[in-house]
Amino acid sequence: MSNGRHLAPRPGFVLDVDKNSPPIVFHHGEGFRLEKLPAGRSRVIYPAEPLEGLPDPDGAIRHALLNPIGDSDPLPALLRPNMKLTIAFDDISLPLPPMRRPDIRQRVIEAVLDIAAEAGVDDVHLIAALALHRRMTEDELRHAVGDRVYDAFAPKGLLYNHDAEDPDGMVVLGETPHGEAVQFNKRAAESDLVIYVNINLVAMDGGHKSTATGLTGYTSLRHNHNVHTMLNSTSFMDRDKSALHASNWRMGKVLRDAGVKIFQIETTVNNDTFGREGPLSMLQKREWEWSGRDRASFLAMQQGLKVMPTNLKRKAFSTWLAPYEMTSVQAGEVEAVHEVTTANVYRQHLVPVEGQTDILTMGLPYICPYNVNSIMNPILVMCLGLGYFFNLYRGRPLVREGGVVIISHPTPWEFNPVHHPSYIDFFEEVLADTTDPGEIEKKYEKRFAEDEWYIHLYRNSYAYHGVHPFYMWYWGAHALSHVGRVIIVGGDTRAVRRLGFQPASTLADALEMAGDVVGPQPTITHLKNPPLLMADVT
Amino acid sequence: MKALEFHRNIPRFAAARLAGSVTPGGGAGVGPLKLADIDQPAPPGSDWVRVRPRLAGICGSDLATVNGRSARYFEPLVSFPFIPGHEVVGDLDDDTRVVLEPVLGCVSRNITPTCAPCGDGHLGNCEHVTFGDLEPGIQTGSCHDTGGGWSTAFWAHSSQLHTVPDDLSDEAAVIVEPAACGVHAALMANVPEDGTVVVLGSGTLGLLTLAALRAHTNPRTILATARYPEQRHMAATLGADMVAAPDEVRRAVRRVTGSRAVSQAGTQPRSHTHAGSVDRLSGGADVVIDCVGSADSLTDAMAITRPRGRIVLVGMPATVSLELTPLWHRELELVGAYTYGTELLADGTTARTFDLAFDLVRRFDLGNLVSATYPLDRYQDAIQHASSAGGRGAVKIAFDLRDEKERYRQ
Repeated sequence: MSNGRHLAPRPGFVLDVDKNSPPIVFHHGEGFRLEKLPAGRSRVIYPAEPLEGLPDPDGAIRHALLNPIGDSDPLPALLRPNMKLTIAFDDISLPLPPMRRPDIRQRVIEAVLDIAAEAGVDDVHLIAALALHRRMTEDELRHAVGDRVYDAFAPKGLLYNHDAEDPDGMVVLGETPHGEAVQFNKRAAESDLVIYVNINLVAMDGGHKSTATGLTGYTSLRHNHNVHTMLNSTSFMDRDKSALHASNWRMGKVLRDAGVKIFQIETTVNNDTFGREGPLSMLQKREWEWSGRDRASFLAMQQGLKVMPTNLKRKAFSTWLAPYEMTSVQAGEVEAVHEVTTANVYRQHLVPVEGQTDILTMGLPYICPYNVNSIMNPILVMCLGLGYFFNLYRGRPLVREGGVVIISHPTPWEFNPVHHPSYIDFFEEVLADTTDPGEIEKKYEKRFAEDEWYIHLYRNSYAYHGVHPFYMWYWGAHALSHVGRVIIVGGDTRAVRRLGFQPASTLADALEMAGDVVGPQPTITHLKNPPLLMADVT
Repeated sequence: MKALEFHRNIPRFAAARLAGSVTPGGGAGVGPLKLADIDQPAPPGSDWVRVRPRLAGICGSDLATVNGRSARYFEPLVSFPFIPGHEVVGDLDDDTRVVLEPVLGCVSRNITPTCAPCGDGHLGNCEHVTFGDLEPGIQTGSCHDTGGGWSTAFWAHSSQLHTVPDDLSDEAAVIVEPAACGVHAALMANVPEDGTVVVLGSGTLGLLTLAALRAHTNPRTILATARYPEQRHMAATLGADMVAAPDEVRRAVRRVTGSRAVSQAGTQPRSHTHAGSVDRLSGGADVVIDCVGSADSLTDAMAITRPRGRIVLVGMPATVSLELTPLWHRELELVGAYTYGTELLADGTTARTFDLAFDLVRRFDLGNLVSATYPLDRYQDAIQHASSAGGRGAVKIAFDLRDEKERYRQ
């Protein structure tokens, strides 16, 4: 126990709060709140402890490439001289927070390139498969693929960001039986082999979604990044019940039928988000197991954060790199690979939970997939809370229909204009008019999606695409239709109201307000996330 | 008679400026405006008749005067002491109900021949406002000889009077004069068919300009700025297709016009066009009507008007300090829209602005803009209310003189 490691990592755990239970740490943006939950009717879902990482990740990667899953030849057999090879990889949105070097993508890409070199392949492009996300900066690309790969490819223009708005760089390969156009990166479409390198942080990631989303554009995305799909994805973390994934799987078939050959590489990481040792390690421990040192560290951190300007806090947190370890790697045919990957994600994340709750509480951290090195603006708060956290379930939502979600986050009326220019307009214009996802989609989406300035910024600067804030809002559509009220504790009052939610200054106030919706003595469940967990609700 | 008199008193004017900067409307308590019981002066001439005000509005230029913010430009154009009040509905001695058209042009000054603008019906552009039989004063309400609406009686030239139809309420009638300003502004704007027009400010003048734009022009989009919720609601009701907060207007105009944006904050090569913030637009609106008249609003106007577009200045600006480079570089037109007279309509015909204003008031039921009235005795409360009208959910504040007993003295 001296290094914080148990012999066998403990699975996730549901704590029934009693009067002796300590206050629970809630993430609260670039800070934390200690909250006492009502005894006798509250429970806290704790994530599993980090699984052990693979002892020889590079060996495991090479083994996976040589021993593929499903209907696929080993990688060396797929490579030959004079072929066109495209290696696509997950962008800055994965993993969260960014991981310590070497990033898994670097390990995998280096292994793939070694084998490609042995096979005499010299036409290789590397593409950050960012769909409509912002472009990655040089530093971010270097971090993901490593300096050696970056220096070998980027100066020659062979390592670059996907550009979904390049009229000469995109091609439509066909249509699904549902009438969904399948648009694809032209270089990838014209390659003899596309290798996709995933970091599957959550169950949503990977499978056909990697290519059918990562290397496509608005022409395709509008078919599955929409309100209808989101309302029929219950949840989008559970592929079998996700209309989002069903659409991606249909598109994957179109890609296959069009002759796009994909060699899928998926990897999973453990839950070592904040480190077994170090300044944030207490965040992945259960409060009653904190040592004196943990308590002192936490209090010191709280005091420091209290006096630190927000910008400095953001900078401090953005320097945190997670010591994630790879727990599995599998390669080969897309669907076969993804089956194994999903099982490995579930092995780390699933926590059995009995029954739904009247009130679901969640503390949102400083980071989500779309604000790495940026600001978590109010729209992203909504997306992280009602999109990602709400949907981290299998079976049934953690909160009952008509229940209340209470989110803890400062929710500042603040945006990064470089990364999120259309978000500002979405907030100022669209949400000032309506918060109804269907109405928003109908009335505003097309104009934002086709706005020339947003497209210019997406292609030439580091801006998310003009339509991206709409997708963030749709991500929460299922939750919005399911719950009776959303309350944000400790948020900017004006910003919270603009989101259509209710502000509360304390959790106690929020619980009292929630009582108006769910009645007296409600049951309360706190989703203690991150480190990540997924509730398996029966 | 009972009147609110404004004297030339520099120390009190300075005190009003200071008090007005601390508390909206604070100038009323310490400034040169005083409630007095005075004898009505003799009529300026034989064509002049007595008007006993029923309602008299408080407008932005009145507030600037009372709060010590009016421009020194006006010093030679007024005569002290004067009685403010130019938005007036009142009774003649024969009980005819009238609205005052307050501009004092050549005819009321008994100047013949008239100057060219007056001859063309553009009374607001009269070249003789300091000459003739009257003391200086561009309007009733700034001329010593005529008196003004913030009193129980004043003198009006017969050419200044418009009979109020019986079916029009006093509240509607008192809006006719500011409505005429709105009509004039809208028609001065030369709004192109299918163009984009922006109205900065949703105070009384902004709202009336919106209504006039809706009535007399046919743009693709009318975008208004409004600071307060009630203003937003009123702006949308009176014709704005979109309403944005003042600090959101640049982004809003960019969206509506499909322009690109230029950022002032860039530090790297090309970052001015990549920063994602909107400091000014590459294109912009065809017309911007500035009903605020501050340095900020004029700066906004120049940032959001397309090259060779038109800015119409309706709000009275006084002294402002601002960067005019965009005016030069973008070859913008900056035109003032002071007040009314005769308008050239889209079909080539002409009409008196006041006639158009009567129609506008009736069509949009603009009497509803009168939010509160005060007796003269409570003038300090009235001025304070008017100075913070938007934030208090109000639009037009007026003095109600219908129950003043001095009104009925012969």
